[in-house]
Amino acid sequence: MATLTGPDPAGRRLLARLTPGPGGWQVTAATVVTVAVALGLSALLIAVTGGSPSASVQALYQGSMASPRAWSNSLLYVAPLLLVAVGACVSARSGFFNIGQEGQVLIGALAGAWVGLRLALPGPLLLVVVLLAALLAAGGWAGLSALMYRFRGVNVVVSTLLMTFLAQQLVAFAVNTPWLLQESRLGTGVVSPQSNPLPENARLASLGEYPNLQVNGGLILAVLIAVAISLAMTRTRWGFRLKMLGLNPVTAQHAGVRVGALGGMALAISGAFAGLAGALLLTSPIGSHRLQPGMSLNLGWDGLLVALVARNNPLLAIPVAVLFGVLRAGASFLAATGVPSFLVDVVKALLVLAFVAPPAVIALLRRRRAGGEPAGTPPPTGGLPTPTPSTGEPAAAGTEVPAIDVPEASGSDKTGSDKTGNGSTGSEKTTMEGRPA
Amino acid sequence: MSAADNIATILSSGARLTIPLAFAACGEYVAQRAGTLNISVEGMMLGAAFGSIAVASATGSATIGLAAGALVGVLVAVLHANLSHRAQINTFVVGLVLNALVLGLTSYLITISSFTGHQVWRVDIPVLRDIPIIGPMLFVQRWPAYLLLIAIPLTWWLVERSRWGLELRAVGENPQAADVSGIRVNHRRRQALLFCGLLAGLGGAYLAVGEVGSFNQNMTAGRGYLVIAAVIFGAWRLGRTMVGCAVFGLADAMRLALPALGVTINSQLLIAAPYLLALLAMLVFATQHREPRALAKPFQRGTT
Repeated sequence: MATLTGPDPAGRRLLARLTPGPGGWQVTAATVVTVAVALGLSALLIAVTGGSPSASVQALYQGSMASPRAWSNSLLYVAPLLLVAVGACVSARSGFFNIGQEGQVLIGALAGAWVGLRLALPGPLLLVVVLLAALLAAGGWAGLSALMYRFRGVNVVVSTLLMTFLAQQLVAFAVNTPWLLQESRLGTGVVSPQSNPLPENARLASLGEYPNLQVNGGLILAVLIAVAISLAMTRTRWGFRLKMLGLNPVTAQHAGVRVGALGGMALAISGAFAGLAGALLLTSPIGSHRLQPGMSLNLGWDGLLVALVARNNPLLAIPVAVLFGVLRAGASFLAATGVPSFLVDVVKALLVLAFVAPPAVIALLRRRRAGGEPAGTPPPTGGLPTPTPSTGEPAAAGTEVPAIDVPEASGSDKTGSDKTGNGSTGSEKTTMEGRPA
Repeated sequence: MSAADNIATILSSGARLTIPLAFAACGEYVAQRAGTLNISVEGMMLGAAFGSIAVASATGSATIGLAAGALVGVLVAVLHANLSHRAQINTFVVGLVLNALVLGLTSYLITISSFTGHQVWRVDIPVLRDIPIIGPMLFVQRWPAYLLLIAIPLTWWLVERSRWGLELRAVGENPQAADVSGIRVNHRRRQALLFCGLLAGLGGAYLAVGEVGSFNQNMTAGRGYLVIAAVIFGAWRLGRTMVGCAVFGLADAMRLALPALGVTINSQLLIAAPYLLALLAMLVFATQHREPRALAKPFQRGTT
């Protein structure tokens, strides 16, 4: 950003780091082009395979936005998507990149179902307890990855990914085991691998009557959380530390940030929000109010994509989540036009590429133009300094730094620059790579 | 059926489930030794499985389908390599998006098209197949399975004995030093990814035109992640990675076979076992510095 000026050259370099991404308008223009290309490719795919792009758009619109009823459907998906995405923003900002949301959603639903079916609490208290249980359980589940990193140096991305599959099997086990959560046998009926439905007082109420616009309480909760996290990330000391940790863990540590604790917290928060999303799947009218193995509906993966498109900005995640919710709700209407609903998955993936690629490619072109030597110009994406983690004893673990990178280090907000009085320390690029471990 | 027959059945089905994993694991092993924790191996396998059946159906030749599948794997790898090791987009982001893209695209295409099934021919060695217990496992397989006998030693030789492999390992351990000594770090990493794409593609294609003979939606169903788990479980050594694949394949075979034999087992635990083993392996190996030191760390000259 050309408008940024620092107190001194060193400070200016730090500011450049805090607001990465070369020339804002170029990225914006390029993104417009790539999004157009992504949509064009999707239309081409439909046309080549014998469908009608305009009819598909029409069907998508009919299913998601044409009537209050359709909007109600779309908005139901927005809440869990947004919660997962907000959590992903937090973890990606901290550099502790969590990709296990799909599993954390399931763990949240599992804990929520367990509490909701086992505790007989009066009135809305049960709902609150269900949501809290999901929050805590999934936060703890993600926290396990933080612990494994903190004490054994296990790569956070890998552990969160692997634990997704453990979570899936855990839920499958719970709903296949009568003494855990499998539904009780009624007469001689067949027992399915699912739990009993949650009691009425553990379900989230909706505002509005169904054929008209209906807004589930979960959406309000999710938007409130997104706003709160956005404020916390841009306006508080915690948010600044988080950003610093993600941009340069070594500097953050020198500045007094407890890397393991803060990163672990970010990871736990992202897991907790994913868990809350899982509880929403259980308590809002998306599903059947039962714990089922496939109930996460890939919302964990999709929420992660939402965060990527929103470039890790929780506020931007709101409209993106609405877009993804709309696509999801519209997908059910696609099949009637002869175009498989899987089209929506292609569109989503292409959209993510369209949003992720331009900043990186423009930065690449700039490096090329500068003669391949990018000295002084920090990479806008992915190229953060990541020192070798000392994977040794807990005693040495205080020097640990994340072994992973944020995909997009920062949004376009400039609030970080207001707080860079200690800027000169931050601009020193600490070289620790290749240090004998 | 006698006990020996049962064991032979389980072993032989375990081998069939292991072979696709083993191909892809060779590739993933190379990618990880070069420092790319490649999670798009799932997409490579899935895309290859689809491509192999589509081409086999169009040309009528399963062998051409197999080759086409490997090419699809390379195509996904080209995308991944350029996005992540040229444009420097976070490799996990690229992997996730490519996996989502391939899953969406193949699901879309398989819904609107119908392919005729094709399968490569089966090797059946007359006398050796009658060896009790291990005979069917070793000597009755689809012919591309025996490509493993080339792929595994070739991978080992490339990584451990060739100059290319030496540079590859240097890139995975200490990219700064490698760069200073004149190795083009990201170039090597891209090459490693292409090799990974080729072998993961072979694995995926083998699954489709070798074992199953057709393609169904999300056919690989997480096998790519299993491959990553195998490389981690193998502590970044080729031999142990292959052992990991065999263990995972066998666990899968037991999950499928044991209920039919009247043995009650916890199928969830068997499905989860590979991931659990990989996690435990990481916890154990963490202090031994087994992993390539620059694993999953992007390299860009001048930015440490």
